[in-house]
Amino acid sequence: MAEKLKVATASLCGCFGCHMSILDIDERILDLVQVAEFDRSPITDIKTIGDCDIGIIEGGVANAENVEVLLEFRKHCKILIAMGACAINGGIPAMRNSFTLKECLEEAYVDGVGVDNPMIPQDKEIPMLLNKVHPIHEVVKVDHFLPGCPPSGDTIWTFLTELIEGKPIRFPYEQIHYD
Amino acid sequence: MSTSKTFKLDGKTISFNDGDTIMDAALRAGEYIPHLCHNPEFTPHGSCRVCIVDVNGRQVSACTQPAMAGSEVDNASDNIMRQRRELLQMLFVEGNHICPACEKSGACQLQAVAYYTNMLSPHFTHFFPRRTVDASHPDTAIDFDRCILCELCVRASRDVDHKNVFAIDGRGINSHLVVNSPTGKLGDSSFAASDKAAHVCPVGAILPKHTGYDKPIGDRLYDRQPVSIVGDVAAHEQEQEH
Repeated sequence: MAEKLKVATASLCGCFGCHMSILDIDERILDLVQVAEFDRSPITDIKTIGDCDIGIIEGGVANAENVEVLLEFRKHCKILIAMGACAINGGIPAMRNSFTLKECLEEAYVDGVGVDNPMIPQDKEIPMLLNKVHPIHEVVKVDHFLPGCPPSGDTIWTFLTELIEGKPIRFPYEQIHYD
Repeated sequence: MSTSKTFKLDGKTISFNDGDTIMDAALRAGEYIPHLCHNPEFTPHGSCRVCIVDVNGRQVSACTQPAMAGSEVDNASDNIMRQRRELLQMLFVEGNHICPACEKSGACQLQAVAYYTNMLSPHFTHFFPRRTVDASHPDTAIDFDRCILCELCVRASRDVDHKNVFAIDGRGINSHLVVNSPTGKLGDSSFAASDKAAHVCPVGAILPKHTGYDKPIGDRLYDRQPVSIVGDVAAHEQEQEH
């Protein structure tokens, strides 16, 4: 049997909804693990990425750690996939781009309703926020885009099976939506 | 109608009348040419360019180009579809189109035409412009994030409502929709929810209040069938509101 494909996944500035949608392929995950094994992923809890065939990124880029993880994925993955609205256009987190970072932090930690001991957190353990949230294609080259908020389990299944079988990737009409 | 007045649209013979544009003739024949700023009830505008077609080797907007006897019109080649997709990608990055947070999602013509052209990503670098929401009117809100400058509201307010509530101000990248009132707010204008201008927006820029998210996902205008079959948002305005 041919060596299994290595797949890594990460959630950057996302809500983990896209990862939940990966799990929505349900028992088909048993077919998937016949041909693929998970490397770094919240599913395996492996923290560092090795050389992989496919990297799947959920979420946009909102802080310094997101940039670092994304660059690591690009370096180690032959094929990189932007999964879901946030990875593709910043999504809901990018709605903060209508405000300055200062305004966002002050609203949350200083002026917000019910804030006790107002103070903007600045522990060095906390990744620095970027001024704006960016889709991942503005930082690295992306090979495939899988829209949806989240893309459905069926959409992900269509995509993965066609990609792995080396077929042109075509979706039924109902499987592509931006929300 | 003379039988000699025909042209070929992707190889199909289409009849036309004197004064018809390519779009007029195609719509009458039941052929879909993707479009956003066109609405057959109004004078063609030709601004969104999404209806780009190739006529005898020249690229023109179908909504403004007069039909020409004997011409060959390409509406579906990979090249034309790619150009439409790029135009749509530019429209997406120029505004703030966060579909998951928009109540028009699923019944939005910008989205539907993008699906039709197989647009999977916005490709370009986002502008993330800073725009505002005008919620000053009791019945209608404007989210300027989503305006694509199609000028349908401008045309409807001027030509049908005779109120001139809307206009486009600025030039080039600074073009933006403005409201004709002392404060610039919709609530201080003569706009009414019964105006034609309230019922022509192809995107989620001009939205009726108090009705958002009425239709569940799966039942929305473009959830099951593409815009080429369903047709324009404006043509379904009545049923969308109830």
